[in-house]
Amino acid sequence: MSAIELSNVSRWYGNVVAVNDITMTIGPGVTGLLGPNGAGKSTIIHMIAGFLGPSKGTLTVDGRPSWENPGVYKVLGLVPERDSVYAFLTGEQFVRATAKLHKLPDLAGATRRAIEMTDMADAADRKISTYSKGMRQRIKVAAALVHDPQILLLDEPFNGMDPRQRIHMMDLLAKLGTEGRTILFSSHILEEVERLSGTIQVMVAGRLAASGDFRAIRRLMTSRPHVFNVRTSSASDDRRLAAVLVGRPFTNAVELTGKGLQVRTSDFGAFCGQIAALTRDNGIALRELLPTDESLESVFGYLLSDQAN
Amino acid sequence: MSSLFNPVVAALTFRATLGRRRAILFAIPAVILIALTLVLRATHPAAGALWPSNVLGDFGFSVLLPLTALIIGTSVLGAEIDDGSAIHLLATPVPRSSVIVTKFAVSAVMTMVFAALPELIAGLLAPHSTKLAFALFVGALVGSVIYSAVFVAASVLTSRAIAVGLLYVLIWEGLLGNIVGGARILSVAHYSLGVANAIYPDKNLMAGLTLATSVILGTIVTVGALILATRRLAAFAIKGEPA
Repeated sequence: MSAIELSNVSRWYGNVVAVNDITMTIGPGVTGLLGPNGAGKSTIIHMIAGFLGPSKGTLTVDGRPSWENPGVYKVLGLVPERDSVYAFLTGEQFVRATAKLHKLPDLAGATRRAIEMTDMADAADRKISTYSKGMRQRIKVAAALVHDPQILLLDEPFNGMDPRQRIHMMDLLAKLGTEGRTILFSSHILEEVERLSGTIQVMVAGRLAASGDFRAIRRLMTSRPHVFNVRTSSASDDRRLAAVLVGRPFTNAVELTGKGLQVRTSDFGAFCGQIAALTRDNGIALRELLPTDESLESVFGYLLSDQAN
Repeated sequence: MSSLFNPVVAALTFRATLGRRRAILFAIPAVILIALTLVLRATHPAAGALWPSNVLGDFGFSVLLPLTALIIGTSVLGAEIDDGSAIHLLATPVPRSSVIVTKFAVSAVMTMVFAALPELIAGLLAPHSTKLAFALFVGALVGSVIYSAVFVAASVLTSRAIAVGLLYVLIWEGLLGNIVGGARILSVAHYSLGVANAIYPDKNLMAGLTLATSVILGTIVTVGALILATRRLAAFAIKGEPA
């Protein structure tokens, strides 16, 4: 099982600290490295990829340091953010050249498999200089996958892609993750991370602000009430339910919205455990119960504001 | 050495280097040398004329050879580092020593084609200069090798390799090398002239070093530059932006 391990890793440029005392373990599956621009995501990806040395701490890929160790690329594939590839080659030539550099025994088979995996077979004979941004990204992924690595790093892989290309890339990464590979991608776009990965590493100002499943992270934020939209079968039932909830210790606030109620609770577990019984006991038909701030966007926003405070 | 040469890297480097706009520059010094030789041959065809050794020696070894080597030597790897495509090569298990030796070999061969070969052609076009032409050709071959090692190393060591290389060629070799005798010890042009002058002695070549000195120093500089470049590439870091 291939894993990426960072232990108290820092990286600074002169007096500026880009990454500050990060400890994390990234295992099989898809993990999103999330953060605003300048948070240190690319620095982390570059360090894991062996293109930056940590100023402090230890960083290993599959148990070996990646810095100054080209042997690590036998198990690691990298899709860099920069768009520059050997544009004078065709897609097939590029992937095949990468297979040769890896000294793979079955060049043709490995090349074909990687190109098919990224759905680039139809364009493989065209020069890369004629490719769209999304096609360049996919051929870079094909080259990074040609040696069948257990670990794949992608730096902002969705930049410049149209929606269809994004969906295709997300499906591909999800598939690679379910195959047991360790996939780490960086992104500053919440929707991408939310759609693709439950596991996140949130970077804010060079620090690791949160780590794990973002829904679980949200539930641990007890200082921020959880917000639910609740709808019953009628406006009168909405009012009755509001009256029932107001007296409960887990309720922070109840608001009638015209389309139902909005309930703020500081105790996620108690609210979810009791709401069904409360409505049943009071003869209220519950039609909808929707958490409104469990999205990654909410979690990310809270983390950013917590850091700012 | 052969195990350090990677044919895939070489093929990619040849195509990438010759495919860049900068490749047009490779041929300009050679075209100027040959054109100058043709003009002088037409206007000064007499036997015993001094211009062949002056033009082929001075222009050939002070301008054609170093500038061609500089443009090529800084292109084979430096241009890929600048545009980011080097990442695709470096994110493979190919040993860094192999990358450097292959890039160096490609640079040396291309410099021989675009500088040493034109030097030979110009020498053969010049009147009564066949022996001088072959001597300068061998000197230019040696210079192609040493310059390539130096400029490939410079492209890994600094992002301003062309500026540093120009300063070296123009100030150190062109100015100090001709005024201060000691500066010749670190002048690739004088190593090359030392070899040429040993094959065909000609006082107009102004060779300041003996064959032995040229060969020993040239070997030390070449090997040293390649070792330095390999060490630097082993610790190649993507330029990061502070958070």
